[in-house]
Amino acid sequence: MSSQAEARPASKDGGPGRAPAGAQGSDARDDAPQGRVRRSVAARVGRPSPGWAVPGVLFFAVFAVAPMVYAVYLSFCGSWGGLGTPHFSGLSNWTRLFQDSDVRQATVITIVLTVLSWAFQTPVALLLGVWAAGREKNRAVLSAVFFIPLVLSTTAIALLFKAILDPNFGLATTIGPWLGFPDGNIIGSSNGALIAVAFVGGWQFIPFHTLIYQGGARQIPEVLYQAASIDGCGRWRQFFHITLPQLRHTITTSSVLIIVGSLTSFETVFLLTQGGPGTSSTTLSYGMYREAFQGFDFGYASALGTALVVVSTLLSLLMVKFSGFGSMRSTREGM
Amino acid sequence: MVGAVCLGLLTAACGSGSGSGSSSGGGTLTAYVYGDGAVKVQEAAVAEFNKTSKVKVKLVEIPGDSYQNKLNAVMSSPNAPDLLYNWGGGSIKPFVDAGELLDLTPYLTQDSSFKSSFLPSVLAAGAIDGKNYGIPMRGMQPVVLFYNKTLFTQNGLQAPTTWAALQTAITTLKAKNITPVALGGADAWTEQMWLEELLDRIAGPSVFQKIAGGDSSAWGDPAVLKAAQTAKQLIDDGAFGKTFTATSYTNNAAPTLLGTGKAAMQLMGTWDYSNQLANHKEFATKDEGWVNFPTVDGGTGDAADVVGNPTNYWSVNAHTKNKDAAVAFLKAMATADYANKLVANGDVPATTSAKDLLSSSPNPAFAQFQYDMVQKAPSFQLSWDQALPAKQATQMTTEIGKLFAGQVSPEQFVTDMKALK
Repeated sequence: MSSQAEARPASKDGGPGRAPAGAQGSDARDDAPQGRVRRSVAARVGRPSPGWAVPGVLFFAVFAVAPMVYAVYLSFCGSWGGLGTPHFSGLSNWTRLFQDSDVRQATVITIVLTVLSWAFQTPVALLLGVWAAGREKNRAVLSAVFFIPLVLSTTAIALLFKAILDPNFGLATTIGPWLGFPDGNIIGSSNGALIAVAFVGGWQFIPFHTLIYQGGARQIPEVLYQAASIDGCGRWRQFFHITLPQLRHTITTSSVLIIVGSLTSFETVFLLTQGGPGTSSTTLSYGMYREAFQGFDFGYASALGTALVVVSTLLSLLMVKFSGFGSMRSTREGM
Repeated sequence: MVGAVCLGLLTAACGSGSGSGSSSGGGTLTAYVYGDGAVKVQEAAVAEFNKTSKVKVKLVEIPGDSYQNKLNAVMSSPNAPDLLYNWGGGSIKPFVDAGELLDLTPYLTQDSSFKSSFLPSVLAAGAIDGKNYGIPMRGMQPVVLFYNKTLFTQNGLQAPTTWAALQTAITTLKAKNITPVALGGADAWTEQMWLEELLDRIAGPSVFQKIAGGDSSAWGDPAVLKAAQTAKQLIDDGAFGKTFTATSYTNNAAPTLLGTGKAAMQLMGTWDYSNQLANHKEFATKDEGWVNFPTVDGGTGDAADVVGNPTNYWSVNAHTKNKDAAVAFLKAMATADYANKLVANGDVPATTSAKDLLSSSPNPAFAQFQYDMVQKAPSFQLSWDQALPAKQATQMTTEIGKLFAGQVSPEQFVTDMKALK
C-alpha cells in the first residue's frame, strides 16, 4: 500500500519520463516531502511492525504447521502403529491409498455430502440472511431465535438428533413415513444416513451463514434499491439484479466455508451414524479417524489426512480464483 | 473393542513416568491395570501380596480407553511395567512378536496345581501360538443367547436351543409384530457375535484359529461363506427387524428392546445381564432366560463351544528383574481367596475353585449357568476383533458392518476378508 501511495502522485503529473528536465527536478523536489508525509501516515494507521505477528505465527507453526509436516512424514513411514519410532519406508501408504476401494467410496460420499450441504445451506442461509437484514423489530427478534443453534455445541446437536432419529424410540417412527422411510429407519438406510448428516450439519451451520449474508446484505447501499424502484423494479427483480450480484463475494466466502467444512466434517458423522450403516456415511475424515484411532495405523491415516488437506486447499483456491474473489474488484457498482 | 472406542491420544502416553521400571528393579514390580470399577479386587490382592512378599507390587491404574495406547507406547520404553493387564490375543501379539513378554508355559507345567486351577478353555484363550502368556485375573464374559421366557411361552415356543426352534421362533414372533432378535447393528461388534457363533457351529474353532494365526486366506474356507450366507438369510427373514442398522447397543437401545418385550431375543455378552438388572429389573428377574448358541443344521462344530471375552489376563515383561516374585504374584490369582473376591464383585472367575463359591454370587443362577457353560466348553474363542491385530480388526468390523447393511454380498464379503492385511 505504501509504495502505491508514493507512486501515485508522480504518475498523476504525467510521469517523470514525459516531463521536461527542469520540471522533473522540481517535481521530484515537490514530491519528496509529500511522499515522506504519506509514508509516515501509512506507518501510523497502516500495518504494525511484523513483530506483532510473532505470537500468532509461533502458535500456528507449533500447533498447525509442525503437526502437518509430521503427518506428511508419517505418511511415508508405512504402517506405523504408534509402537517404537517410525521409519521412512517409501510410498506404500500412497499406493495403497489410490487402490483402496473404501477410500474411493469415502471420496464419493464426501463429495456427495459436500454438494448436499452446499445445496441445502446456501439458499436457506441466503434468503434468511437477506430477510434478517431488514431493520424491523420482528426480524431482529426472529433472527436472534434463528441463531440459537450456533451457540450449541456440535456434540449436543448431534446427540439431540440421534435421539430424535432413533428408529425405535425417537420421533423418526412418526416422521419417517412422511419422508419415505416407512420403518422410521432414516439413519439406518444408506441414503437416509447421508441426508441426515447433511441436514444436521445444515441445521447447525445455517445460522452462521445467515449471519454472514445478513452482514453482506446490510452493506448494500439503499440508493441502489431506491433507484431501482424509481425505474419500476419489483422486489423480485431487485433481489436478482441488485441483492444477488452485490452479495457475490459473500456467496463465495460462505461457499468456501461450507465446502471446506463439509470436506472435513467429522463430528456429526462420528456421533450420529458412526459412518454407517456399513460404510454408507463414512466420509474421508471419519475413515481417517478409524484408521488412526481404531486400527492404530497412523501411517496410513496420515496419508489420508495429507490427501484431504491438499484437496481442500486446492478446492478453496480454485473457488477463490474462479469466482473473482481473489482479484478483489469492487462490488459496489456505480459507487 | 467391546463398547469401548479407543479415543486416547498418542500424547497421553508421554509424561507421568510413574512406572519404577524393570531396569531400576530393586524390590518393586510395577503392574499396569485397567482402572475401572473392578480394579478394587486387584487392589485388595496387591495389598495382601505385599504383606508377605519382599518384592512389593505397585499397581498403576490407567483409566478409560487410553489403556492400550499407553501400553503400546510404554512397552518399548525403559519404563515398561513388569506386569501388564491385557485382553490376550491381538492386544499382546505385537509384544509377543517383539519378544517383550515372558513365556509362562514352563511355570504352568512345573506346577500342575497352578495350571489345573484355571478352566482350560480360558487359559488356552490367553495363549499365542500354543504358548501361555496370560494368567486369568478377572471375570469371564462369554456370549449368551438371552431370550424372553414369558414371550416364548405365550407364543407356544421352545427355548432356542436348536436351529429349528430358533427358526420357528423367528417366524412366529415376526407374525406377531415382535422383533425376533434385538441387534444393535449400529455397533458392528454386535453383528460380529453372530458370525463368530455361526462359524463355530458350522465348522468348529479351527477356521478362525488359522485366521488369528495370521493366515488371511483361511477366510476363504467354505464355512465362512456359509456363515455369512446364514447371517444374510437371517437378515432377509426379518430376524433382526427392519431398523437394526440404526439401533445401537452402546446407547442401550437394543437391550431396551429386549427388556421391554419389543424384542424376544438378544445375543450378547454376559455383562448384559447386570445391565438388564439395573434397567429392567422385573424382566431380568422374572422373564429372562439364557442358553448357549444353538447348533446349526449340517454344522460340525461342537454346540458346547463358547465365544466372547474369556477374561482379562496378567502378562509378565520378559525383561523383569523379579521374575520369581512376579510368578508368585500370578499364583495368588489361582487362590480361592482371590476367586472369592471376584465373586463378591459379581464376576464369575475362571478358576476351578470358583464353582463352589458361586452360591454367594449376587446372581447365583446366572453365575452358575455361565460357569458351567465355560467349564464344559471345548473351546472358548476370543472375540474376533480382539483376537486380531487392531489394524485388521478395524477393517474386519467395517466389512462385517457392510455385510449386515447389505452393501456387500456374502461372496464379496469373503473376497474382501481374504484381502485383509
